[in-house]
Amino acid sequence: MPRDVAATMALLARGGYVADADLATTVHLALAMGRPLFLEGEPGTGKTEIAKVLAEGLGRRLVRLQCYDGLDLQAAAYEWDHARQLMAIRLAEASGETDRDLLARSIYGREFLRERPLLSAIDPSLPPAVLLIDELDRADEPFEAFLLELLADFQITVPEYGTIRASSPPPVVITSNRTREVHDAIRRRCLYHWVDYPDAAREREILARKAPEVPGLLAAQVVAFVQRLRGEELFKLPGVAETIDWASALRTLDQHALTPDAVDETLGVLLKYQDDISKIRGAEAARLVAEAKDTAAAR
Amino acid sequence: MSAAPPGRLVDNVAEFARLLRRAGLPVGPAETLAAAEALTRIDLGAKAEAKAALAATMVHRREHREIFDQAFALFWRDATAARHALAMTLMEKRKEIERKPAPAARRVAEAFARPRDQAPEPKDEPPRFDAVLTANAAERLQAMDFEAMGAEEIALAKREIRRLVLPLDARRTRRRHADPLGAEIDLRATLRTSLRQGGEILSLARARRVERPPPLVVICDISGSMARYAQILLHFLHAVSNARERVQVFLFGTRLSNITRQLRYRDAEVAFQMVAHVVPDWSGGTRIGEALAIFNRRWARRVLGQGAIVLLVTDGLDRDGAIGLAENMDRLHRSCRRLIWLNPLLRWEGFQPKSQGVRAMLPHVDEFRPVHNLASLRALIDLLSRPAPARERIMALAS
Repeated sequence: MPRDVAATMALLARGGYVADADLATTVHLALAMGRPLFLEGEPGTGKTEIAKVLAEGLGRRLVRLQCYDGLDLQAAAYEWDHARQLMAIRLAEASGETDRDLLARSIYGREFLRERPLLSAIDPSLPPAVLLIDELDRADEPFEAFLLELLADFQITVPEYGTIRASSPPPVVITSNRTREVHDAIRRRCLYHWVDYPDAAREREILARKAPEVPGLLAAQVVAFVQRLRGEELFKLPGVAETIDWASALRTLDQHALTPDAVDETLGVLLKYQDDISKIRGAEAARLVAEAKDTAAAR
Repeated sequence: MSAAPPGRLVDNVAEFARLLRRAGLPVGPAETLAAAEALTRIDLGAKAEAKAALAATMVHRREHREIFDQAFALFWRDATAARHALAMTLMEKRKEIERKPAPAARRVAEAFARPRDQAPEPKDEPPRFDAVLTANAAERLQAMDFEAMGAEEIALAKREIRRLVLPLDARRTRRRHADPLGAEIDLRATLRTSLRQGGEILSLARARRVERPPPLVVICDISGSMARYAQILLHFLHAVSNARERVQVFLFGTRLSNITRQLRYRDAEVAFQMVAHVVPDWSGGTRIGEALAIFNRRWARRVLGQGAIVLLVTDGLDRDGAIGLAENMDRLHRSCRRLIWLNPLLRWEGFQPKSQGVRAMLPHVDEFRPVHNLASLRALIDLLSRPAPARERIMALAS
């Protein structure tokens, strides 16, 4: 575990994640206090990436649980392997075994238990993990209640088998895109951080790390353009992921600098709604390109 | 603060927590303890770190961050001065809040009072608040326009409304629970029973999909022309949000406010007081397009998940001449499972969608219904209890 905020920042940076001081402090505290980290923010701001880099930096496996509506115990925690259990019963019958208790004990053994992410993350017999609960807002309330229980004592009870408890609680990262307000009970248990769009300097740094093949001038113009775009009234603002994709796309098309035509042709990489595209395409794009070029040149 | 001994530090954190609480942030002992613990694990000399540590432990929502930042800046500069300054600003704020609800409170009071003119005096035994209604009067109450009701009828109507429940069409979820007549086989339960029978499977345990109603989002117009209906509907919405899970309620006039949390108070009067604190403009003008644009940008993705149904309550009379209304209606329509427009003007025979606003909105709704009396509320509930038909545009009216 990193000693202090600077060490946390370095750990994230080694994994290619450019974190601001606020985020690094929050991550450091989550690790030091053993609290889950609750990251909320618009899609494409690098929330999931934090968990990945954290697992890598701590030398732990990443256990990811992708949430969806109706996510239940079987998909999230564990499931019995019924086919193999039935097979075991048949085999026991064939060999003349009639002791019921022995049979019950044998078919509810560990080898018939299929691990799902939550159980896998706290299982003491497996190497240590980082648990990522991705897009919790997509899960429904019953799952949230179950999760609260798990985060309180890091143990899962399987009625037929017994209780499985983590030897030491793993770091937990929970992300949410706010498609639904996650309940206060979860928020209170976690350390909260709103992951915002990066400022120009940080975005340039991210671009330099994630798309090193993009020449400096183009990268500066791309970032200046996207930063301006985020000030527009759009239905869906472009995230950092879109910036990286767009810079790579322009590079693939052999662009060395932004031109209005190139922007119009590739706008679909940045904006994902027709209303937004038709709003920006043409005169608006040309204006933004001119402004972005000035900004990039003034640096 | 930076050189303070731990004892002082805890005092300071507690002091700071009190300030945040007075500024309206939900900061309890748990947050205070977590914050104190967090401060022991960072370099107290670094102001930015201390700030981030306090924010991570004391703030649970993005909306609260701004208040936190202000409080922190003051507190850091000089704890004692900050106490005074903050106390002053808070006092100001509180006074403001105390001043603000006056018009709204008056509106609530007015809602209970008899309207000045149009209440038609019923000839035969006016229904009294505690009287048992005769069938005849009850029937009349069902059909009476909310606008024409006197205080007593309103009181009766409100009581009726409290009893209306909203059994929205349930949708199957992916959860299962045991049911001997269910369509699916629960292998886990089957095996457990079979073990009691020596491993012989004599019966199959069955399960079925759990059904639950989808989320409901209500966007209600409270501008001048709608004020009277909004008052009554608020009662309906209060009853609904206390009876069901996953109801979100928004009010708009010139601005849009989310009053979901305020309506959760069990006591209707308390709830309305809270709503009055939040909503700035009872009965101003209407900017439907702008309100919907804000809803689409700021809230749609947060509340329209999981197959939500939207009830849009407005008369469609737009002050802005329907600017941007069609696009935003279209966007709203395509981001929810069902969009139902409730319009009190529909009570008039031969209602013609003449106004620009109505014409812009009509092509984008799944249902278009009146909402002006108890009977229409009942019809609405009937409609919502049935499974939704496949989407068709209601073009007949608009053409």
